[in-house]
Amino acid sequence: MTQRKTPSVAVVGVAESDLGEVAAGLSPVDLMAQATARALDDCGLRLRDVDGLFCASAQVRFGPMVLAEYLGLRPRYFDGTQVGGASFMTHLAHAQLAIEQGWCEVALIAYGSTQRSVSRAAASPPDPNPYELPFRPLLPASAYALAASRHMHAFGTTREQLAEVAVAARQWALRNPAAWEKEPLGIRQVLDSRMVSWPLTVRDCCLVVDGGGAMILTSAARARSLRKPPVQVLGVGEAIGHSSISNMPDLTVTPARESGALAFRRAGLAPADVRMLSLYDAFTITPILFLEDLGFCPKGEGGRFVQDGAIAPGGRLAVNTNGGGLSYCHPGMYGLLAMVEAVRQVRGECGARQVPDCDVALAHGNGAVLSSQCTVLFGSAAVR
Amino acid sequence: MTTSPLSIYHGHLARGELAYQVDEGRPVFFPRVVAPETGNTSLQWRVSKGQGTVYATTVVYRKGEPPLNVALVDLDEGFRMMSRVESLPAEAVKIGMRVRLRMIPGDAQAPALPVFDPFEP
Repeated sequence: MTQRKTPSVAVVGVAESDLGEVAAGLSPVDLMAQATARALDDCGLRLRDVDGLFCASAQVRFGPMVLAEYLGLRPRYFDGTQVGGASFMTHLAHAQLAIEQGWCEVALIAYGSTQRSVSRAAASPPDPNPYELPFRPLLPASAYALAASRHMHAFGTTREQLAEVAVAARQWALRNPAAWEKEPLGIRQVLDSRMVSWPLTVRDCCLVVDGGGAMILTSAARARSLRKPPVQVLGVGEAIGHSSISNMPDLTVTPARESGALAFRRAGLAPADVRMLSLYDAFTITPILFLEDLGFCPKGEGGRFVQDGAIAPGGRLAVNTNGGGLSYCHPGMYGLLAMVEAVRQVRGECGARQVPDCDVALAHGNGAVLSSQCTVLFGSAAVR
Repeated sequence: MTTSPLSIYHGHLARGELAYQVDEGRPVFFPRVVAPETGNTSLQWRVSKGQGTVYATTVVYRKGEPPLNVALVDLDEGFRMMSRVESLPAEAVKIGMRVRLRMIPGDAQAPALPVFDPFEP
């Protein structure tokens, strides 16, 4: 039996900052603040209502202090958990606990990156690792390439199936005016693109662009009086495994297995209940792994699952409807933007890419090299 | 004073040896001052026979450089490490291939580098 409880918190405001290539001189914190103002406008709350502060950026070491100073906030609760691209899902999980405990009432989660403007090497230099870096892997791409090689060997996954993920993302992106990529993409083009780290070409790799976002959460009770219908947080699960790819026990199984099981159990839901997924697509192998580990298909079947446009518009399962990190926006830690899309889908705000009757959406974050995994289930007021 | 595991490891590399640690009979790599899970501080050093199997492989393409193999190798003693498989085209390295250690000597700039070549047992 399920152990679902009444959702205690809801998302009431979401926003993107400027995306793509932002104006010269804008800082990551400028983008956090810009997205914050837009997210507050989305829900009708004011800056002075915010008493919980959560943020992370590869370019800002002490996020909560820097953003609190910028915004003139003295938050009662703050958290700067930095586990890469899944950080913001963990922020949401911790914000839920803090709101339930009464340690804060209105939580702001924010992110900003200018990695295109300042270069990726400058924005997120690799941690020193004397057991890996001497062999000159191209991190993080080579780590994901190693995982893909193992998946291909163990399950017969093909480069064409990997390319399907990029092609589906591009088809969704063409329906999203905010997406970076504007031109169609075919499987052959993905395969023939410049090889980065075999089996991954540049089209199997996420974008390197600027961007940021913000999300406002509050108690379910307070959420009811705000500008837009609240999007309930139905369940969250967090998991971390290894840090470096050499220490990942099985390159075909990620900690998403644990985070997904936790989120579904806490929500009292199953994969069949989910109408739309935001799966962190740092590389084309990742949605394949997460479809398996989150229970949408058996282990090893992810490549065959995505074939023939199955996750593209009109397919059997809507995945990364904004175009994902592959074609919409990937500022380095994409997790917050993945959640923004899931929330907008539940609200029914997605226009040409809207998934019909999207009452339950899943957002899954991934950090570092398949290291941190965090899963969130969002639901409309119709889900009880 | 604790000697750093990295300096002991590099010392072995300089002698042409690939070293790893053992804790309660289980291999540990990368080298540490505390054993994972057990918390033991009594880790024992061992020298690998240097034979293993390719677990995963990729080929790195950098502008203006020849393709470079990067692989994860499972050593027969039961630990895994990142390395390279050389002496054949980078694209020809296959998962499951048996490989043997070859040490590239170090210099003032960099420690010795443990790489692998394919071999037929």
